Amino acid sequence: MKAVCWHGAGDVRVETVPDPAILYPRDAIVKVTSTAICGSDLHLYDGVIPTMQKGDILGHEFMGEVVEVGAAIKNLRKGDRVVVPFTIACGHCHFCERTLWSLCDNSNPNAWMAEKVYGSTSGSGLFGYSHLFGGYAGGQAEYVRVPFADTGPMKVPENLTDEQVLFLTDIFPTGYMAAENCNIQPGDTVAVWGCGPVGQFAIKSAYMLGADRVIGIDRHPKRLKMAKEQGGAEVLNFDAVEVGEALKEMTGGWGPSHCIDAVGLEAHGSGLEGIYDNVMNVLKLETDKPAALRQAIVACRKGGTVSIPGVYGGLLDKMPMGAAFAKGLTFKMGQTHVHRYLQPLLERIEQGKLDPSFVITHRLKLEEAPEGYRTFRDQKDDCIKVVLKP
Amino acid sequence: MATSDSVGSRAGLSGPGTEAMNVGGTERLLSVISGSLVAFYGLSRNNLGGFALALLGGGLVLRGVTGKSIVYKALDIDTAHSGRGDGRNLPDERNVRIAKAVTINRSPEDLYRFWRDFENLPRFMGHLQSVQIVDERRSRWAVKSPGGGTAEWLAEIVEEKENERIAWRSLEGSDVANAGLVRFSPAPDGGTQVQVTITYEPPAGKLGVALAWFTGEEPSQQLYDDLRRFKQLMEAGEIVSTDGQPTGQR
Repeated sequence: MKAVCWHGAGDVRVETVPDPAILYPRDAIVKVTSTAICGSDLHLYDGVIPTMQKGDILGHEFMGEVVEVGAAIKNLRKGDRVVVPFTIACGHCHFCERTLWSLCDNSNPNAWMAEKVYGSTSGSGLFGYSHLFGGYAGGQAEYVRVPFADTGPMKVPENLTDEQVLFLTDIFPTGYMAAENCNIQPGDTVAVWGCGPVGQFAIKSAYMLGADRVIGIDRHPKRLKMAKEQGGAEVLNFDAVEVGEALKEMTGGWGPSHCIDAVGLEAHGSGLEGIYDNVMNVLKLETDKPAALRQAIVACRKGGTVSIPGVYGGLLDKMPMGAAFAKGLTFKMGQTHVHRYLQPLLERIEQGKLDPSFVITHRLKLEEAPEGYRTFRDQKDDCIKVVLKP
Repeated sequence: MATSDSVGSRAGLSGPGTEAMNVGGTERLLSVISGSLVAFYGLSRNNLGGFALALLGGGLVLRGVTGKSIVYKALDIDTAHSGRGDGRNLPDERNVRIAKAVTINRSPEDLYRFWRDFENLPRFMGHLQSVQIVDERRSRWAVKSPGGGTAEWLAEIVEEKENERIAWRSLEGSDVANAGLVRFSPAPDGGTQVQVTITYEPPAGKLGVALAWFTGEEPSQQLYDDLRRFKQLMEAGEIVSTDGQPTGQR
């Protein structure tokens, strides 16, 4: 089969590799009909996530048709059309039983690696996202092996298109959980750093959950336009205005009730702060560049929540913990418990409350993946979301 | 019979003056020799990697001279006092003693029943080739040794309490003299805490342990990996691995 393989920073290739096979009784093989490049794939593409190996098959947003099931799979059969959560969960451990699916105790075979880096325990395995998170072959391919297929995949109705349901695998639930984590109350104002696909879904979800106002922050005009027109957000271009001051002004001096960092570890800081992070990064004194997170903490209203769907991998420097403490902020973060949101968000799509396909700007063949990665990373051609068709 | 100290604590086992010493005699000598070699090689390289090697070598020398290893301390390995303090374990000071724990989301009854059938153990213990039940108390064990051969022994259960604990030890004439203890206790938030202690006399003495350390078969890590697989098997119903999946050109 054809698959998108990682070969180093800025180097992904479409290669012919062996087809996947059922390895364990709870496996299924899915023939991929649609897959997407995620903003977090760009962290791999930029080479900032450790433990990647040449030849690793990328991709964690994918859906398709079940073509084979293992002996223990009773809920799926050949021909079923499914979406597959990007987090892999066993369904039976302490954490799965408490619906903390992305913290599954068993699905990361390389848990020992994560434990060395992150302390006593590891999060779940992820498709196509480095050996630290299990080294699973990803879904930017014609076929993929899905472990614990009795727990993850959800069947989707035939009357919905791939493009309407594909993002249930990651970015829609991720944006939704980010907003849910804010515990939004009537009258609240929510500010969202990063108007990429997760940011767009966070904006829509914040309104769904009762926010009075949502403010989107980015530097790319096309993203800001989408946030305004599709999401109904007020927008700020951080190249044009001083974000902290602008937010204060817009909220009667209080700052936004809650702040969402949908940017993560590769934020583009500006001015001295940007230079500082670049220098610390090169010197390996800091692995992540948390400009958006710093701004969110400083901007947030007293008693508010800073919610972090953006990915962080290592160490952060100059975090304004004093401000966070003084203002009594709540922090919520982590990989999305996708399984928890599949059914309720599918219902919203079926009811016509939201059509997730609005974020798609580029539709390419799987073979054109290298071009898709380049276009997405360089923000060429107003790229926001790339969908690949095997 | 001190069985409650099997995880972590070694308090009270060492005499005065040897308080924090956790590296045995032969091994200390080996440390000094190999450490000096590594340090000299590192210094001769005259670059950053060489400097790191020199530091590593220096650490080995220090470990040999003082009899204290911070690596061993972190991993709770004690090759200086192994075996003492547990009457069931082997009294010889050449022994290696390792202890690990894991919490599993199943009842003590389920876990005890699975473990008590020793023929199940090779399903999650990576180095075990086979276990055959001989009679109610005795079983025949075979392991792959680090060098590539196999070692065998006859083991007998020396103590057991249903759903709580099983202790076993090898009998006279074993290739590898060893003893083990597994304990199952209800965890506060549901599930069961499983604590395992293994004591054994390394087949090639201290050198064998040192080599195993360098070839990635360090016993403490091995036991930990075994327990992770036990947990996967008991919770998820299968052992989790990506071996056999496709990749592109490596």
